[in-house]
Amino acid sequence: MIRLDLGRLLAMTRKELREFRRTPFILGAMVVLPVIFIVEPLVDIFRLGSSTPASAVQKVVGVTFLLMLIVPAVLPSTIAAYSVIGERDQGTLEPLLTTPVRRAELLLGKALAAIVPSVLVSYVIFGVVLLCAHLFAANQTVVATLSNGPEILAEVLFAPLLSGWSIAVGTGISARASDVRIAQQLGTLASLPPLAVTALVSFQVLSPSVPVAVGFGLGLLVIDVAMWRVVAAMFDRERLITGARALAARGGGGGGQPPGTVRRIEMVRGVDHE
Amino acid sequence: MNFAAGTQRLVLQPPGARYSPAMGQSAPGLGEAVAGPSAPGGPALRVSALTKRFGDRAAFEDVSFEVARGEVFGFLGPNGAGKTTTVRTLGTLIAPTAGSAEVAGIPLSPQNGEAIRRRISVMPENPGLYLRLTVRENLELFASLYGLRAPEGRITGALEAVRLADRSEDRCGRLSKGLRQRVGLARALLNDPEVMFLDEPTSGLDPVAAREVHELINGWRQRGVTVFLTTHRLEEAERLCDRVAILNTRLRSVGSPKDLRARLFGGSLVVETASPLLDARAVFGSVAAVREWSEGDHGAYVLSVADPRQAAPDVARAVVAAGADLVSLAESQHSLEDVYLQLIDHDGSAPR
Ligand SMILES: Nc1ncnc2c1ncn2[C@@H]1O[C@H](COP(=O)(O)OP(=O)(O)O)[C@@H](O)[C@H]1O
Ligand SMILES: [Mg+2]
Repeated sequence: MIRLDLGRLLAMTRKELREFRRTPFILGAMVVLPVIFIVEPLVDIFRLGSSTPASAVQKVVGVTFLLMLIVPAVLPSTIAAYSVIGERDQGTLEPLLTTPVRRAELLLGKALAAIVPSVLVSYVIFGVVLLCAHLFAANQTVVATLSNGPEILAEVLFAPLLSGWSIAVGTGISARASDVRIAQQLGTLASLPPLAVTALVSFQVLSPSVPVAVGFGLGLLVIDVAMWRVVAAMFDRERLITGARALAARGGGGGGQPPGTVRRIEMVRGVDHE
Repeated sequence: MNFAAGTQRLVLQPPGARYSPAMGQSAPGLGEAVAGPSAPGGPALRVSALTKRFGDRAAFEDVSFEVARGEVFGFLGPNGAGKTTTVRTLGTLIAPTAGSAEVAGIPLSPQNGEAIRRRISVMPENPGLYLRLTVRENLELFASLYGLRAPEGRITGALEAVRLADRSEDRCGRLSKGLRQRVGLARALLNDPEVMFLDEPTSGLDPVAAREVHELINGWRQRGVTVFLTTHRLEEAERLCDRVAILNTRLRSVGSPKDLRARLFGGSLVVETASPLLDARAVFGSVAAVREWSEGDHGAYVLSVADPRQAAPDVARAVVAAGADLVSLAESQHSLEDVYLQLIDHDGSAPR
């Protein structure tokens, strides 16, 4: 079906990660987001007294799990939106597309680069929150619920799957959009619906169990694959290249000559030049 | 075949060695699945009635030419003539609207895109480097995308070929435009392409940097690398190219710079008189050898003749017989620029 050259795919990933490490906006997000998403739920958890009613505890647990999933859902879509449009603006997409790289390698290589750090960050956040709750929380119900097997399984499964979705959407949007910020905003919006679905589990509208977690995981996997197919179909060399030109003509592009109507040639003769 | 040796072959071997039957094909095992190996003797490019339209507007139309292996072929035309679009079309980035082409011996078609891309390299107008990555990191990415098996040797070879070996650890964002252009050229060398497309490789460079790029291309020309070079600069075409095509949406002419001059202007004589002739039509009309004539500046006339040396005495006699003072009579030397302006500027249908 799809023939993939792992060497090319990983070369794309390595390149992306090298760029991320040197991009302040991405590094900043990687540092700031965990801080926010660790502090915020812990404040709620620590506020719970030892005799808080179960319904209130349940609400805090729900919010905590939801917050844990916001990072893997939203962060990668922002990175993905940046990664295609960023290449187009820098004029790096065109030389890339003149190599034998296949679009699946290009897309998956980029996706992997966005998924891995996002998921790692979200696992770290989850681990730190869990650990702090164990060590310092006054309310033992919240600790027990947070450490509930199916809940953890849901968290572990959903994080990469939500990332997969939002990277697919972010890439798809940025293959069409011309402006990084618009693409990022649209990408963030589009990453929310599956998050809402997982909220059903977080808030125990559906009581979390291993089958429910796995079932939802499979559901997400199916829509991820479907979305990736749509995006791969949109990712067409000619459209990306001629779209880049449209961008350059509006003054947003990195390359090309300044717009103008120079029809005469430069009268540089060999003699002047020698 | 060993890839490190391949770099040597491109950069160091004498002309001729590159296209021996054993060497003219790209490395084995690199995806011969779709198209067979290219015939080493066939042309590097064969383009026939190729057209690309965007909507109802033609970027280029009915373009046909061939480029032999080992040739440096200039594609000369004003801005908007369709040069970049031609490079993108032959480089498999965009599909032609009509016509056909063979690139490195492989028919241009969507299925053959990947096989073609293995055998060519393209340096776009904007070299498109990752500015946050170092020179070497940029080349590493492309070496992997081309699937080179011993990339380090190739990268080092390519950097040496553009004299950038000592800058390999610099971030591209810190390099001057001229150096970035050379990184782009090194990148285009990596896969030892059968055809190298260079889109305006000196545009925006200062004379020194442009000169360096010219020297590099000239060096490759001597070693038999096939280069398809677009430019809007005549002196560049004249200096670097074996043959030149002049394009203004349609192909106006193809030939060596010398051929083009001769073909377009044939022979011509410039006649200068002390004061304008009273009846130039009668004077030049009386000389059988004069095919056409036109009036230039300050009492100068340009006569189109078959053989300037034979026609000159007759013309001199006719001018003197008409009572005029002949100041000079000379065979005119047309530059490629004259050819170009004749083909481009006298053209009502110029783009934009
Ligand atoms: N993506 C595109 N969409 C619409 N028109 C285009 C596109 N790319 C190029 N053109 C038009 O095609 C013509 C040739 O452009 P181009 O190939 O860039 O010329 P050159 O490289 O010779 O300056 C121009 O009139 C240009 O406006
Ligand atoms: Mg151009």
